[in-house]
Amino acid sequence: MQLLANPARFMSFSAWAAPACLVLALVLFAIGVPWALFFSPADYQQGETVRIMYVHVPAAWWALGVYTFMAAASFVALVWRHVLADVAARAAAPVGATFAAICLVTGSLWGAPTWGTWWEWDGRLTSMLVLFIIYLGYIALWSAIEEEEKAARLAAILCLAGFINIPIVHFSVDWWETLHQPASILRSGGASIHPTMLGPLFTMASAYLFLFGALAMMNMRAAIHRRRVEAARLRGSGA
Amino acid sequence: MSAFAATFRRDLALMWGAGGGALAPLGFFLGATVLVPLAMGPDRALLQSAGPPLVWIAAALAVLATLERLFQADLEDGSLDQMLLSPAPLEIIVLAKGAALWVAIGLPLALAGAPAAVALQAPLERIPFVLLSLALGMATFIGVGLVGAAVTAGVKRGGVLIALIVLPFFAPPIIFGASVAAGEEIDAALLILTGIALGAAALGPIAAAAALRLQAE
Repeated sequence: MQLLANPARFMSFSAWAAPACLVLALVLFAIGVPWALFFSPADYQQGETVRIMYVHVPAAWWALGVYTFMAAASFVALVWRHVLADVAARAAAPVGATFAAICLVTGSLWGAPTWGTWWEWDGRLTSMLVLFIIYLGYIALWSAIEEEEKAARLAAILCLAGFINIPIVHFSVDWWETLHQPASILRSGGASIHPTMLGPLFTMASAYLFLFGALAMMNMRAAIHRRRVEAARLRGSGA
Repeated sequence: MSAFAATFRRDLALMWGAGGGALAPLGFFLGATVLVPLAMGPDRALLQSAGPPLVWIAAALAVLATLERLFQADLEDGSLDQMLLSPAPLEIIVLAKGAALWVAIGLPLALAGAPAAVALQAPLERIPFVLLSLALGMATFIGVGLVGAAVTAGVKRGGVLIALIVLPFFAPPIIFGASVAAGEEIDAALLILTGIALGAAALGPIAAAAALRLQAE
């Protein structure tokens, strides 16, 4: 991480890393989507509708994961004044928010045939919706404050304050009565899901991860370019 | 006089003296409470089962309206710089501001919740619990709202932004407070509300002070 604190070095790193991640993501989607939609087994209870799981679950995992990344980046930005950490957090936010939206929408589509309802105000769904709103508030805060350095630190504080929601989302299925399925992977006693479903699931999850990496790096590159343009403009007008 | 007491008295005087104190939020609260049965229809049974928890929505929105100006006035007229220069920790000063807001506006709103809950067909024996839960809920709203207000202090017309930022954190007190208002699991809900309120009162000023130090630069 210290290696990437230098914007110039990050730019030369991401010049090849971002396209590489994008290609990897596309390859993994090309493998994972047909595997998930056609070549994996149907569920013994849900039948073919279980296939939404391969879109819904990785989106949910990474909505939480991206927020955790943002919280870590915010912490680094606040404590060590790392030059690119706040840029990274801001770059990650729209991707995480989109993952959360995908999770909510695909979850709703999945719930309609299996639970008989498009939405339910139980712990898991409500806390996931709250996570989405926290993402929106974070993105809005960045846009609302004019000085970028001040916006970066204030947004970092907000991101850390919102982190309390992440364990709530994860443990909501244990703590409260819920329609949502309890944890099947990250639980004591090992994964309870059938191995033939783990393959496409982890493939899709890796695809999402590399997509996030590519998009976040592209956003960061755009932000650094924007800062350079701004600096050049100030130099040109000041001189 | 300690910094806490001085700030507390200053903010109380400012809130009671200039802006009419709790009258505007109370008026808002009354208006919002009136809208509830208008939206739900006058069916008594429906109001009895669903009405009382909606007091919490009206209370949350009313306190939200007062949070916007909490630090903005101090930022604009330079009082924030004075607070930063004082030997007392900024966290204590922010806690004093929050406490003053709770006394001047939070408690009156909580008290107004009693007739509002009765108007929304809550049974009389539940009202003391509703009052207690609202007082605790107000402490939570203010503790969390301090952070939102500090983070958005410099933003012009930041009222909607502070609502967007703070509303996710209003969810837990509303969930448990509404449970008390609906008469379900009152003991457990009150205990949890107390815990949340103490946590918000302890941690809110710390985060808010950190944000305020950034605002003053």
